[in-house]
Amino acid sequence: MKLREIAHCRAGDKGNTSNISVIPYDENHYEYLKQNLTIETVKAAFKDIVQGDIVRYDLPNIHAFNFVLYDALGGGVTTTLSMDIHGKSLSSIMCNINLPDIRD
Amino acid sequence: MKKVRIGAGSGYAGDRIEPAIELLEKGNIDYLVFEALAERTIARENLDKLKDSSKGFNPLLEERMMRSLPIAKKKGIPIITNMGAANPESAGELICKIGEKLGLNNLKIAVIIGDDVMETINGYNTNLLETDEPLHTIEDKIESANAYLGADIIAKALTLGPDVVITGRVGDPSLFLAPMMHALNWSYDDYDKIGQGSVIGHLMECAGQITGGYFADPGYKDVPNLERLGFPICEVYEDGKAFITKVEASGGTVTTATCKEQMLYEIHDPSEYITPDCVVDFTNVTFKEVAKDKVEVIGGRAKPRTSTYKVSIGYRNGFIGEGQMSYGGPGAVSRAKLAGDIVKKRLSLRNVRTNHLQVDYIGIASLHQEASDWLENEPYEVRLRVAGITPQYDDAVKIGQEVETLLTNGPYGGAGDFKSVREIIAVLSILLPRDMVKTDIVIKELN
Repeated sequence: MKLREIAHCRAGDKGNTSNISVIPYDENHYEYLKQNLTIETVKAAFKDIVQGDIVRYDLPNIHAFNFVLYDALGGGVTTTLSMDIHGKSLSSIMCNINLPDIRD
Repeated sequence: MKKVRIGAGSGYAGDRIEPAIELLEKGNIDYLVFEALAERTIARENLDKLKDSSKGFNPLLEERMMRSLPIAKKKGIPIITNMGAANPESAGELICKIGEKLGLNNLKIAVIIGDDVMETINGYNTNLLETDEPLHTIEDKIESANAYLGADIIAKALTLGPDVVITGRVGDPSLFLAPMMHALNWSYDDYDKIGQGSVIGHLMECAGQITGGYFADPGYKDVPNLERLGFPICEVYEDGKAFITKVEASGGTVTTATCKEQMLYEIHDPSEYITPDCVVDFTNVTFKEVAKDKVEVIGGRAKPRTSTYKVSIGYRNGFIGEGQMSYGGPGAVSRAKLAGDIVKKRLSLRNVRTNHLQVDYIGIASLHQEASDWLENEPYEVRLRVAGITPQYDDAVKIGQEVETLLTNGPYGGAGDFKSVREIIAVLSILLPRDMVKTDIVIKELN
């Protein structure tokens, strides 16, 4: 199962750091994601792109997660050679992550 | 209970203009904010100002004002905007001229100055936040230095009864927090209100990004009528309770999902988001849909503001040269790859000095390079893109040249060539003690 089936994501940039939110459509899937969408899982998906650390912030108040990806944007919007200077499309890599099927 | 309704008329420098007009006409708003200044925009505008001292503000200022000012003035809706960019005073003067052209009387423009700290940082001893290198290592290349000012000076300007408040660099949420402070009588030290107001400002600052823009994913997240996306309105009450909504029958959608995505947009630690006004804590915020396209927002909090302003420093840092060429039909990918190899070898033969060279194949792996999860079947067409950073302008030119000459020297069927060179204005940051930044309000009037 792709993450996309149960959650939506938005990427933003500040300097050379990217942040990607992960928001389950169904709030009941928050706990599932907390268990399964680990930093290791995300690191593996972004290993060719992110040079630095990845941190996950949990927001139980809105049933969502914020992943912060350091050294992720080829120097940042002003100096990167990437087509996607802001890393706006990085959210689609997150959506493409494979997760174990949910047993309801 | 007192309340105020504020519309977001733009979320970036080049944003659509019609949604702001719709807000003025049908939004029943008390204030209209145009946010139009990204991290690097001000450095670019500063280069314009160096070429022509009457320039350096947002290039769409005239068009936006021509269209919005007559309605705003007639309805008594003050406009607050950072479109002043690197030259808010000249921008203020231009707005007066536009008012004259439009036949408006009694126009009062409040210009916020003091964000430009080029002279202040000259010789100032500190380290750059991103690299931890001393500031003086880039000193001779600096083109701009602007402090992110807060809501306090904008709120003060609003007490003078202006038609327009125009600023250079300010915190984006501050543009929205200021009219809340002014209209709802919030003290700058009442951090429960300042925190909640900053959360609302953060939600509003990208305009259409909370009303369904940058959101749609067909079959998963469908958004109606994006071609006429409505921009957001926040309705904020004296006690801090607030609603995000939009003009009825406009395109887009406001739901808890759009609000959650925007709340986490461009933030890192959600319990410590530093703005010029406070340190925002998002970890207690909750959203509730109370009606169609109307979401209640409560729970924003904050810790006291820091003792410093963040300063964005723009500096010249080389050039980016780029070239593109498309290949189609059978064998398109192998021809594009051959072409890419040829360009790399040519640049080496000509001793072109690059700090970094990137070869992308658009249609296969140009966004995510090695991380691309692409299917094995060959695409019908592919576009080669070669881009490189060079210290020298002439070397940057050669990159595009070597792609272009593939037309007659490379594999068969290359088409749609394109080349460009641009100067890199890189941005780094420092912190500057608040007492080193002197802000002021300059009034420009048309009688």
